[in-house]
Amino acid sequence: MASYNTNEFRKGLKVQIDGVPFQIIEMNFRKPGKGAALYECKLKNLIRGTVTDKTYRAGQSIEAADVSEFTAQYLYRQGAGFVFMNNEDYEQYELSEDQVGDAGRFLKEGLDCQLIVFNDNPIGVTAPNHVILQVEYCEPTTKGNTATNVQKPVKLETGAEILAPAFINIGDWLRVDTRTGDYIERSKAPE
Amino acid sequence: MHQSLAHLQRRSELLAALRLFFFEHDFVEVETPLLAPEVIPELHIDPIAVEAAWLQASPELHMKRLVAAGMPAIFQITRSFRAGERGALHNPEFTIVEWYRTGDDMHAGMKLLDQLCQAILNTPVASQTTYGAAFSQHAGICPHTSSADQLATRAKELRLDIPDNMQVDDRDEWLNLLLATQVEPRLGQTAPEIVYDYPASQAALAKVERREDGIKVARRFELYASGIELANGYDELTDAAELRLRLTQVNAARQAEGRPALPLPESLLEAMQQGLPNCSGCALGFDRLAMLALGTDTIAEARAFY
Repeated sequence: MASYNTNEFRKGLKVQIDGVPFQIIEMNFRKPGKGAALYECKLKNLIRGTVTDKTYRAGQSIEAADVSEFTAQYLYRQGAGFVFMNNEDYEQYELSEDQVGDAGRFLKEGLDCQLIVFNDNPIGVTAPNHVILQVEYCEPTTKGNTATNVQKPVKLETGAEILAPAFINIGDWLRVDTRTGDYIERSKAPE
Repeated sequence: MHQSLAHLQRRSELLAALRLFFFEHDFVEVETPLLAPEVIPELHIDPIAVEAAWLQASPELHMKRLVAAGMPAIFQITRSFRAGERGALHNPEFTIVEWYRTGDDMHAGMKLLDQLCQAILNTPVASQTTYGAAFSQHAGICPHTSSADQLATRAKELRLDIPDNMQVDDRDEWLNLLLATQVEPRLGQTAPEIVYDYPASQAALAKVERREDGIKVARRFELYASGIELANGYDELTDAAELRLRLTQVNAARQAEGRPALPLPESLLEAMQQGLPNCSGCALGFDRLAMLALGTDTIAEARAFY
């Protein structure tokens, strides 16, 4: 297995520690007086998304992580899982609800996502920041309640429930932020 | 080129001010090889090899030969090269200001450095702190009398992130970790601060002497401003046999770490055998000086190219 020596450390490098893939998201090179160089790294756990600090001393090495990222289309739900297909080689991958995270609520069949694969196993997926989804159900708009600051729950075609302005009706298309689950704006139907 | 032209203008003014300072103090500007067949081996500095020669990690070797040849006060503003050093305060190629004056001991060398700092950066008088006092104050432990175990315990008490490949029985490793994380960031906060009297084990090319309090110290000093190490100076070791011994130990330590030994600087050892006068020398990182003068956070912002 390839490994990186401290002098190859740089931002963006993907490494593994005890079998867990991490990405170096920040690195501070520090060299005291006549002492050995220290590499103060911020490491992002590519499975959990958490960030930890770790200091390396000159001469250490970390195992490289075989992590790749590619565009994959969301196909369908299978039990508790989500099935994606690599757009290049049509290979299919199944991810758990945990791996897909909150964005899973907004996945619509055919949506292109970024799939992250470690040692041929999918470990995460990044949905587009914004998706356009149709409103499947909401309470009708009541007269005099059209101010934009009044919100009501709406159910989207993927089954997700979000808060949207009171003027939204069944059949409207909404632009939604998949990271926060926030309504952004009413949109035209996607082409 | 990605820096504002005003930064480069200021950099040029700083270079001119440095030259003026040295000329006013009767120094002669010299030039020495950047590429040479010998280096002065250091444990934690790697020179860059080019065509059976080395890009020099500092101009020390040749400048000392000029002092030994009879030049009483010399300075140089040149480039130096250190493999693998890249960060906010490092670049593998950097500009170094280095000077030597005969007849100076450590305290005279510190005074000259302080005068230079005041003249170039308009700073107040530098405070002077022994390495021992700085350590006691900021790391809460005596660097001269504590064992490697005691230093390790202190590092753990302070919850330092300890690298896996620390040489745990090496006192200097712990001292450097504590220095880097606890001491250095707190130095020179209100005025420049000169730290002196380093542990004898970190003498590098400085004289080692026993102080009145019985502690053996290296007559070495470093200048810090706003937590940044700016300069390193010595009351220069003049004993050729002692230098040969130290460099042989450096090479052994390099090899113990799995790094190559470096050829000894026989030309310098020979010159010292003939006689190197007592002198103090100092090296200053010009990119960091420019960074402080410009108020930038990285040396990259104080250079035209990075």
